[in-house]
Order: sequence, then structure tokens, then C-alpha cells
Amino acid sequence: MQTPILDCLWIIPLLPLLGGAINGLFGKNWPNKMVNTVAVGSTGLSFLVALEAVREFFAQGQQLVRKEYFDWILAGDFRVGFDLQMDQLTVVMLLVVTGVGWLIHIYSAGYMAHEGGYYRFFSYLNLFMFFMLILVLAANYVLLFVGWEGVGLSSYLLIGFYFLKKSASDAGKKAFIVNRIGDFGFMLGMFLLFRTFHTLDFDALFKAVATQNATTEVWGQFGIFTVACLLLFMGACGKSAQLPLYIWLPDAMEGPTPVSALIHAATMVTAGVYVVARSHILFTHSETAMVVVAIVGCATAFFAATIGLVQTDIKRVLAYSTVSQLGYMFLACGVGAFSAGIFHLMTHAFFKALLFLAAGSVIHAMGGEQDMRKMGGLSKKIKWTFGTMLTATMAIAGIPFFAGFFSKDAILLSAFTSPGGHPLYAIGLLTALLTAFYMFRLIFLTFHGQPRYDEHKVHVHESPWTMLGPLVILAVLSVIGGWFALPAFFQGPDYFANFLAPIFGGEQHAELVGGMSPHFLELTLAGVAVASALIGLGVAYWFYVKTPSKPEQLAKSLKPIYTTLLNKYYVDELYAAIIVKPLVWISQQVLWQAVDVAVIDGTVNGVADTLTGVGDGVRHTQSGNTRSYAVWVVVGAIVVIAVIFFWPGAKPVIGAFQGLHLQTLMEKVRP
Amino acid sequence: MVPAIYYVVLSAILFGLGVIAFIFKRNIISIFMSIELMLNAVNLAFVAFSQSQGNLDGQIFVLFVIIVAAAEAAVGLGIIILIARNRQSLNVERVDLLKL
Amino acid sequence: MTPQLLVFFVLAALAVIGALSLMLQKHPIHSALSLIVVMVALAGLYLLMGAEFVAAVQIIVYGGAIMVLFVFVIMLLNAGVEEHSNFSKLAGYAGVPLGIALTGFIAAAIARSTVSVQAATPGASIASTGDISRMLFKEFVYPFELTSFLILVAIMGALVLAQREK
Repeated sequence: MQTPILDCLWIIPLLPLLGGAINGLFGKNWPNKMVNTVAVGSTGLSFLVALEAVREFFAQGQQLVRKEYFDWILAGDFRVGFDLQMDQLTVVMLLVVTGVGWLIHIYSAGYMAHEGGYYRFFSYLNLFMFFMLILVLAANYVLLFVGWEGVGLSSYLLIGFYFLKKSASDAGKKAFIVNRIGDFGFMLGMFLLFRTFHTLDFDALFKAVATQNATTEVWGQFGIFTVACLLLFMGACGKSAQLPLYIWLPDAMEGPTPVSALIHAATMVTAGVYVVARSHILFTHSETAMVVVAIVGCATAFFAATIGLVQTDIKRVLAYSTVSQLGYMFLACGVGAFSAGIFHLMTHAFFKALLFLAAGSVIHAMGGEQDMRKMGGLSKKIKWTFGTMLTATMAIAGIPFFAGFFSKDAILLSAFTSPGGHPLYAIGLLTALLTAFYMFRLIFLTFHGQPRYDEHKVHVHESPWTMLGPLVILAVLSVIGGWFALPAFFQGPDYFANFLAPIFGGEQHAELVGGMSPHFLELTLAGVAVASALIGLGVAYWFYVKTPSKPEQLAKSLKPIYTTLLNKYYVDELYAAIIVKPLVWISQQVLWQAVDVAVIDGTVNGVADTLTGVGDGVRHTQSGNTRSYAVWVVVGAIVVIAVIFFWPGAKPVIGAFQGLHLQTLMEKVRP
Repeated sequence: MVPAIYYVVLSAILFGLGVIAFIFKRNIISIFMSIELMLNAVNLAFVAFSQSQGNLDGQIFVLFVIIVAAAEAAVGLGIIILIARNRQSLNVERVDLLKL
Repeated sequence: MTPQLLVFFVLAALAVIGALSLMLQKHPIHSALSLIVVMVALAGLYLLMGAEFVAAVQIIVYGGAIMVLFVFVIMLLNAGVEEHSNFSKLAGYAGVPLGIALTGFIAAAIARSTVSVQAATPGASIASTGDISRMLFKEFVYPFELTSFLILVAIMGALVLAQREK
């Protein structure tokens, strides 16, 4: 059947690239309207084309579509092509990226209207879309890595968008460098995979895995799969901000709010989860790697949630929340529930993007203020923003029937039923409680209570419809986005998991546990989760609405803990002392002073100086004094005679040297 | 008979004296004369070898040396006259325009 | 002590004294005259060796033409006593040792040289002028003609040098 779009999948990434190029090259002197027409238009077109591609995908029976467009690298038996593929996982990622991306573009048109560098912003944003689409559409690891690096680059450009501000450009650099550390692991993983399987195409690689003996030793007692997966996971940690490479994400809030929404909530940071999900066949062959992924995900979730409890900047709270939710996704992947992880990825994209955009709306309303301690009592004044933000908060907290409830529930269930997963479940549950607490704390601090700002200085106004429109759409999605799994509650099919079943091989539903039927277990755990969410909400209400002085008293009585949390466990300082300082010291003292200046410069300059010195010394022979010249002539004669005297065999040499050989000359002369 | 070696040793001594005179004299003409001394010493050696070997090649060569020395003396003295005219001095150390 | 040996030593002493005198005299005219003494002594040595033609040429050309030329130039330039300047440190300090070193090396080289030189008995045959001229115009005619050309060049050179500045 005719699948014109599926044959030309490259259109989807190409459109934003063109938009970005046009804006970047020509947009400098264009009016705002023109710039955002190009940018929003190209992204919107990309979304429509993606929808069409998905429709065709369904129409042709959900078969894997893989198109090779041209050979990029051909070296011996190593072939990397510009290959794009479409399968069920790609469908999910594609729609999320293009859909949410388009909404955020529309939002940015209003949000950035008064900023300088308007065209540059949209150019970078479209560039990001291009790379992200390459990443999700890629059919081999190398092309994925191209997209991976590209989104890192766009992230750097966008975080440091206000490059005149030192903290912003520092944050951009930090993001890029930390990502690079992860990329190092990713590349090593790719090399190892290539060396083992001689291909990096997803299709061929995953088929070849079945024939690979998993116990092949690579390093100590770790097999191929363990090492490769751990290396790939290292890359994912960098990109998706897990322990220990999460430090860039909070600082990345220096960028404009739409950037935080798009890149650091909905799309780029989920690339790590996508890679792990895509490589699930590799991961399932390695118990160690799965355990590591689960533990790291769980620990990160808890760790970030604790930091988020005390932060005062509205965007920082959301940043730590993102880190925490990503931890949940990795936890899901680690216990084998890949489709649950992807499900949470999708719902998280909706409500986290909404949270960031709404926070942007609040900041816009407050005229640039980001500190929650200076807000308060805004619920009546910016009704739409309040409404949508509340929707998103209920989604993230796991209130029933909102999107987050289903996805978080699926993750906790999988954690509970996996072997040895009880501790993970407990920590996950605790984190859910903390999540609910700090999210509602955010709501109450921002929107309730008395205004803690000077009402004469700040004129709170609602945002224009270009900004509110996407908020509303995302709010709707935050509610209905989880309803794919709704029927499962009533013992019907879980549409989402079934959709992804061809890839992940069917969801592992809970078996009979301790006499309880699986469905009853599910409902029980769901109830426990809801209870914890409500506890969190209640505590937040008590602290911030009922008795606003309580938090301060608590902070004072638990001062050490409070300070530690406020300073983010001093991780940045720790890294600075352990890693950055020694590196800078080595660079300066060893590599610069010792090697570069002393050795290299010393050698090069030393050669020059030696030659100058030699020249300086030899210069004295040219004294203009004939008598000295005479002495040199005699010296030369002595040298020649001495050579012949001590080494009689040198006579012919010297004779030839002088160009005069008496004997032969005499022979020539005498006919 | 006088062994040829004696003549050669004498030639060496004369040559050495010529070299030392060449280094030590400051008058250009004196230096030139020490060159002539060196040439003479070499001539002596040639003739001695010619006699010891029994053929006349050495003596022919001596004739040529004398001819060349004559030509050289003529031209060299001409140059010396010009130098003396230009530098107003016959001290070789005053002729140092090539000094760096 | 054969008579030849005695004559040899006398003439050799004369030559050496003349060379030393050349070196040590202050006035160039004295050096010139010493050089003439050396040349005459050498002519005598040539005769002792039986090279009569060479001895004659030595006296006539070297002593009679070249040295006369030297004396004329000294007179023309009014060369006076050598002034005592000592700009060249190198020549001052390294001169004598180097000269002696050179002589030593040559002497050592000779001492190591072939037996035939050491044991030669020269003077057995007197080289006749006829023999020399025969050799000169038969085997060495080419260099001979070249030397005449050389002398022509020297004459032209001397003429050019002697011209007054226009």
C-alpha cells in the first residue's frame, strides 16, 4: 500500500532544520511575527507530517519500517547509514517530541516577545527539534549518537542564551561538559558493541544478540552485556541527569523557561530513558546492569526529592522534580517494566512541560520574580495559570485518574513484584509522598496565603492567549493522557502496554503473590500510593496554609539537615574539590608550566637560543683581522694533516675532498 | 751522500718558520715575503723527492711553481700598492673593513 | 763527515738563519734582504743535489726578478719600521704553538714516510738542462703553454691595478 510519508521519514527532521536555518541566517532583521511564523510553522508542519506517518504506520499493520537513505560511513565492514526507522516505540517518542515541541514553540512566541535575540532563540530551538527527531528516528546507534550530541549542543546554546550573564554561560558549559563525561561512556559502549557484533544497526544487532553467548568474559567476571549496558547507562546518566551526573540540570534553569520545559523536562532528558528502552534486549541479558539501573534510578529519585523539599526558586524545585521523576523511569526500566517507563515518560512530558510553562507564566506575571518566598495569594489574580498548574500538580502527585497516577502506579507495582524489589518499592513510595509534599508546597507558597510582595511595585497580570493556549491543551493531556491504561484497572486490556508489546514482549503482570490475586494486589498498591499522596498534600497544607510559621520552626530545630538539603548535599562543592580543583591544578602546573612552557617551549626556544648562541660565538671569527684568518688557515691545515697522520686511510677521502689529487693530475697531464 | 730526508726536514723547518712569520708580521709586504718563503720550502722538498725517485717530475714542478710565484708576486704587489694608497698604512691590522 | 754533508749543513744553517732573520726583523727591507739570503742558500742546495737548471732559475727569476720587485715596492711605498699594534688576540696567543704544531706534524709525517725517501742517495745523476727541456716540451707542453697564458693574465692584471683613478 502507499506509504509516501513513511518512505520519506527524513521530512520530519528536515522541516525544523530548515526553519532553524532560515531564522538563523536571515532572521536578524525580521519582525517578530515573521520569525515565529517560520519557527512555529515548521514545527507545526513537522507535527502534522508525523501524525500522517503514524496514521500510515497503523494503516500498514504496525510493521517495523526501516529505510536506508544513504551511506554515511563505509570503512571495511563497518557501515553506518543515514537510516531511519519507525516502530511502536518511535511512534510514542515522535508524537511526544513533535506535539509538545510545537506547543512550546507557540508558547515561546508570546513568552520571548520582549527579549532580545528573538530570531536566535527560535533558530536554536528548531535546531534542537531537528537533532531530537534524528535521535528518535535513528535506526542505528551512531546516528542516534549524532542526535544525542546535537541535543547536547542545542542545550548548551539555549541554556547560555543570555550569554552576557556569567551564571548562564557557566551553566551552559557545565551542562555540556557533564554530558560529555556521559558521552564518553556511551561511545565506549558503542565500540564494545561493534567489536562484539560487528554492526550497530538496531535491527541486525538485536537479532544477533540471540546467538551471542552471554557469558563471554570482557572484564573480570563481567560479561559483554553487563559492560556494554553499564557504559550505555553511563551515557544515559549524563543525558538524563541521574546520580552522579545530575548536577547540570538545576543550573540549567538559567535558560529561558520554554527551554527548561522543552529540553529539560519533556524531551532531551528523556533521551537516556529512550536509549535504555531501545536497548532493552541488551539489558535483559544482564542482571547486573538491570540491578544497577534500578538502584541508581531509585536512589536518584529519592535524593532529588529530598533536595526539592527546601528549595526556594520555583524553577529549581521543578528541576529537582524532573531529576526525581527520571529516576522513576529508570527504576521502571531496571525492574524490567520498560513499557511502564515509557508510559511515565509520556505522561511526565505532559505534566512537567505544563508545570514549567505555567511557572513561566507566573514569572511573567510577577515581572521576572522567581523566588517563591516573594509570591503568594496569586490564585485569584491569574486564574488560568493557577488552574492549569494545579492540574499538573495533581497529575504529578498521583491523584487518581490524572495521568501521573496510572504511570507511577505501574512503576511501583512492577517494583513491588520484581524479585528483591521490596526495598525499591518502599523508597519509591516514600519518594511519591515527598513529591506530593513539595509540589503542593510549591502551589501553596505561590498561589495561596497573603501576598508577600509589594503590590504597588508588581502588577500581576494574566498571560496572553498565545501562552495560555498551550497550557490548557497540556492540562487536558495531563488528565486524559493516562487513560490508555485506565481499562486495566477494571480488568480490561492495558492499551499502552499492549501497543508496545511487540517491542517489549508483553508486560509482566504480577503473579499470584501470597494468596492475593494480581488484580487485588494492584488495587491495594494503588490505594497505598494514593494514601501517601494525600498524606503529602495534607502535610503541605498544614505547613503552608494552616500554620505558615511551622516550616520555619521545623527548619530551626533540624538546622543541620535543613542546611544540608538547602545546599544540595554540597555535591557541587564536593565535585569542585575532588575533581575540578585537581584537574585545574594539573592543567596549570603540570601540563602548562611543566610540559608546555618548560619542555615544549623550552625545546623550541632552546634550539633557537642555542643557534643564536652558536652564531654569536662563531661571529667572532669574522673579525676582519687578517692575522686571525691566517691562524684559522693554519688550524685547518693542522686538522687535515692530523687526520692523515692518525688515520692513513683517509688520504683518498681528503684528496677527493680537496678536489685535487696530485697523482691523477700528473697522470692526466702526462699524455 | 746527503740522504733526502735531511732536505725534507729542512724544508719542513723552513715551512714552519714561514708560517710563524706569516702569523706574526704586521707589514703586508713582510707577510707576502713569508709566503714566498713557504713556497721556497716546498720547492726544496720537490727537488729532494725528485732526486730520491730518480725522475725529473719534481724539478719540472718546481719550475712551474716559480713561474706561478712570479705572476702572483706581480699581481699581489700591485694590490698591495693600491691598499697602501687607499688606507695610507701598511699595517695589515688596519685593513679590517670586513669586520662584522 | 763527507764534504757534501758539511756543505749541506752550512747552507742549511744559512737558510735557517735567513728565515729567522726574516721573521725577527722590524724593517721590511731587512726582511727582504734576509729572504734573498734564503734563496741563495736554497740555490746552493739545489746545486748540491745536482739540479743545476733549477738552481739557475731560482737565482735568476726568484732572486733577480721577484725580490727586486719586492725591494722596489718597499722603496716606492716608503715602508717604515713596522708599528706595534696587536689587535688580533688569537694570532698573538695561538700563533707560535700552532706553527710549532704544524711543523711537528709535518716532521712526524715525514718520519713515518716511505723508506725510499729516507735511504735515498741523491745526486747520482746530474739533471741536465737538455733532459729538462725535453720533458718540458714533450710531456709537459700543455701546462707550459698554460703558464704563458697565466703570465699574460698577470701582466694585464698588474696594468689594470696600476692605473690611476680616473
